[in-house]
Amino acid sequence: MLSANHRQQGSRSFKDHYLERKLLISRSIIAFAFVVIMIIGLIARSWYLQVIKFDDYQTRSNDNRISVQPIPPKRGLIYDRNGALLAENRSVYSLEIIPEQVSDINRTLTQLEKLGLIEEKHHRAFLSKLRGVRRFKSVVVKSRLDEHEVALFSVNRYKFPGVKIEARLVRHYPFAENLVHALGYVGRINDRELAQIDQANYKATRHIGKVGLEKFYEDILHGEIGFRRVETDVQGRVIGQPLFKKPPIPGKNIRLSLDVRLQLQANIAMQGQRGAIVAIDPRNGDVLALVSMPGYEPNDFVTGISVENYSNLVQSLDRPLFNRALRGLYSPGSTIKPHLGWIGLETGMITPKTQIDDPGYWVLPGEEKRVIRDWKKGGHGDKVDLSLAIAQSCDPYFYDLAYRMGIDTISENMRDFGFGQYTGIDMGEELPGIMPSRQWKRDERKMPWFPGDTVNIGIGQGFWVATPLQLANSIAQLGTGDRRYQLRLVTAIEDEQGWHETPRDTADNQADFSQQVNLKVVQEAMRKVNRYGGSAFTAFRNATYTSAGKTGTVQLTSQSEEYDAEKVARRFRDNAVYVGYAPFENPEIALAVVVENVKGGGSSEAAPIARKILDEYFRNRNAKTASLSDENNESSHGVN
Amino acid sequence: MALIDSDNSDRRGKSLAQRLHLDLPLMAGLLVLIGFGLLILFSASGESQAQLNRQIVRLTIAFMAMIFLAWIPPRVYQKWTPFLFGLGILLLVAVIFVGEKGKGAQRWLDFGFFRFQPSEIMKLAVPMMLAWYFSERALPPKLRELFVAALLIAIPTLLIMIQPDLGTSILIASSGGFIIFLAGIQWRILLGFTLLSVVYAPIHWFFVMQGYQKQRVLTFLDPEKDPLGSGYHIIQSKIAIGSGGIKGKGWLEGTQSQLEFLPERNTDFIFAVLGEEFGFYGIVILLSIYLWIIGRGFYISVKAQDTYTRLLAGAITLTFFVYVFVNIGMVTGILPVVGLPLPLVSYGGTSMVTLMASFGILMGIQTHKKLLPG
Repeated sequence: MLSANHRQQGSRSFKDHYLERKLLISRSIIAFAFVVIMIIGLIARSWYLQVIKFDDYQTRSNDNRISVQPIPPKRGLIYDRNGALLAENRSVYSLEIIPEQVSDINRTLTQLEKLGLIEEKHHRAFLSKLRGVRRFKSVVVKSRLDEHEVALFSVNRYKFPGVKIEARLVRHYPFAENLVHALGYVGRINDRELAQIDQANYKATRHIGKVGLEKFYEDILHGEIGFRRVETDVQGRVIGQPLFKKPPIPGKNIRLSLDVRLQLQANIAMQGQRGAIVAIDPRNGDVLALVSMPGYEPNDFVTGISVENYSNLVQSLDRPLFNRALRGLYSPGSTIKPHLGWIGLETGMITPKTQIDDPGYWVLPGEEKRVIRDWKKGGHGDKVDLSLAIAQSCDPYFYDLAYRMGIDTISENMRDFGFGQYTGIDMGEELPGIMPSRQWKRDERKMPWFPGDTVNIGIGQGFWVATPLQLANSIAQLGTGDRRYQLRLVTAIEDEQGWHETPRDTADNQADFSQQVNLKVVQEAMRKVNRYGGSAFTAFRNATYTSAGKTGTVQLTSQSEEYDAEKVARRFRDNAVYVGYAPFENPEIALAVVVENVKGGGSSEAAPIARKILDEYFRNRNAKTASLSDENNESSHGVN
Repeated sequence: MALIDSDNSDRRGKSLAQRLHLDLPLMAGLLVLIGFGLLILFSASGESQAQLNRQIVRLTIAFMAMIFLAWIPPRVYQKWTPFLFGLGILLLVAVIFVGEKGKGAQRWLDFGFFRFQPSEIMKLAVPMMLAWYFSERALPPKLRELFVAALLIAIPTLLIMIQPDLGTSILIASSGGFIIFLAGIQWRILLGFTLLSVVYAPIHWFFVMQGYQKQRVLTFLDPEKDPLGSGYHIIQSKIAIGSGGIKGKGWLEGTQSQLEFLPERNTDFIFAVLGEEFGFYGIVILLSIYLWIIGRGFYISVKAQDTYTRLLAGAITLTFFVYVFVNIGMVTGILPVVGLPLPLVSYGGTSMVTLMASFGILMGIQTHKKLLPG
């Protein structure tokens, strides 16, 4: 009709208002229908979340707000036999930051530095610790704050949101290195331990027994974890009272047979030396003192020892970490001569009257070239009987006796004194030592047993090694002439009902002392050791109590030519050994002292140490008896 | 100035609402919504009286803007529409050169005594401009007109997108799009455009979207992948709504909200607080209020006297719905996280004034009518 251009012009000018209105209204209605459908869609979505998935989201909501906080149990305390506290729990304060609650960590740390609370090294260490930390978990900035630092922070707390002081109970050993080898220590739980423990029970625990009693009695000392269910906000802050609480069950306290006074005295007596002391009660196997020198500071291990200090301990030639009392394998030397003599008497190999001629050496029968010397030049004379041989430690007498008895008899009978077997001490780390036999040498050395080997056994050397625990226990047995007990440190455990004594057990393989006569001969000979003419006379001069014992000196270099202590390197010098018990008539204490690499021998180096310990024991005992009789007197006065 | 309504020959016998040019059904819907919103906000703000007071002050200002715009007859701003649009574009360009930065985006113009976002003007100016454009032409629009319209939408949208402000640019683009739809765009052209968008989407993803925007989309697709990072908002919000159940945990009793597990609970995520504390019932009530307001908006659109007001009323209503849908869709986890508040419920937001101003326009369209014969 018209040109396209005109038509367009025209359509602009002549809008069809009716049709246009109809079109627009229909579009509005379509749009509204669309809106209704979409809103129904939103309602359907809410129905899905709130009705269909309600249980799921309700659970997740509760997981969000309710947190279960584990409460660590208090670790059991360790007391000595008189109630002295040997291992306690101390409050240790540490400065901690919850990173999420601090807006500018660097500034906060710098301000703490300015306050003098932390040093630059703490600042740096903290920043490196930050990576991989769980959300809303506090991170330690500085541990072991002293009281002054705690006060300093408390005053300025308001300046540091997100920074707090956390108090924790941490193990502390008041006697430090004096008791470390008896108690052991606790330290941070490591990955290996984590795989072995009941993780649920250790969720709140940071430390675990690493060695010694602390490790052996871990189950008893640890206790049971408690927890509280609390409502927390997003930052982990606890809101209101706990919804539920199960208090932890504290670890049980334990009482040791150890007497800390004796232990300290033993430490003093041994100061500066290397070696071990074990003192026991021969009547029941209770360990009274257990010393391994040198020791180390156990408290360092509790709070985390520095790499430098630790490598010093590990690399030290004195091996302070090594528990010599439990694991030190020493040649018993002459200290086993009484046992050997008793076996000789029992087997009828000798009688108390049997005498030998000691020219200062002994020749292995049939092998004229094998001359073995006595420790004493010129020998002990031509009429050496058992008593003298023990009192003065005559070697040829026992070369001869051992040679004639043979290794089988010795080995078999020495087992009845506990050699080559565990003493059963409740520490779990001891070694059984070696009581050699033909079988042993074949298995271990792939060699037959030679008569010369037996001769060395006669003076407690050669292949024979024993721990100080075994030495103490075997002399205790000979002293009482009774059964030998398994050694133990823990005598009682305390739970809610009170103290419960732990059972005591006798050891396996007991010597038969029914022939009292033979025993008496050996015991008398051991008494002579400590008396005039005996090898420990000097050490025991003027003792206020009766005692018996045996000295030993173990050569670590081959027995050749002249031995000059001054010229031999320190670590190849002799070991000095002393074993003994007291009182002689009714032994209450038996002990073994081993001192490594000394200039002298058992008489001059080990016996004096034993004397100091026994003196301490009787001083304490008599003081106690005196105070007891005082109390009795007073009470009898009261009755009158 | 012809600002005063010359049709009011007879002032006597008119109610206050009529004299203020208020549309009562719409007004009632808004007041119920705001009352309910303040109730939720009080809980979401941790019972903060101060926040509540500030919100009430803001609402009062917004209401004044509404009353002011309701008082202006539509034909007045119809006349000024192209100038308003031009001014808006100029201000958006000015933002690029002298704008203030805030929260990583350049959106503000500082006039010394007050600061404002030019993009807020565009929320009204773009639908007004398109309505103006189509009202002068025969409908349905032809392809050439559609192209012009697309350009009128694209320029302000892009200017706002580069600020960057994704939420507002989506709102502005969709308000313009709604006008095109309401103006009767042919279905086949709409279909063709939809197909074109599908083809363009990957190009947009790789060459236009910012890193944080991509992250939002990725998080939306799988929020559990990063539960403590960017997925945290959505997860916590879904937990809040879902754990509300049918009846809700009760006002001020929502653990997700009150223990602060829910982030931005008084602003963008306030809907989750409603869902947690008032449950499914609360959500249905809120959506019913919104539906009432939107329904009234469409009623006004249908009853409008000319193309300009009809298109404008429809677009304002639909844009309001987009606010509602995008926010609730985001909070319930069916849409990606886009920073849009729940209209008239969320705390703060400069958009509140603009929103109420647009309701003022709606009311003006309904109340300033020429007496038609018959």
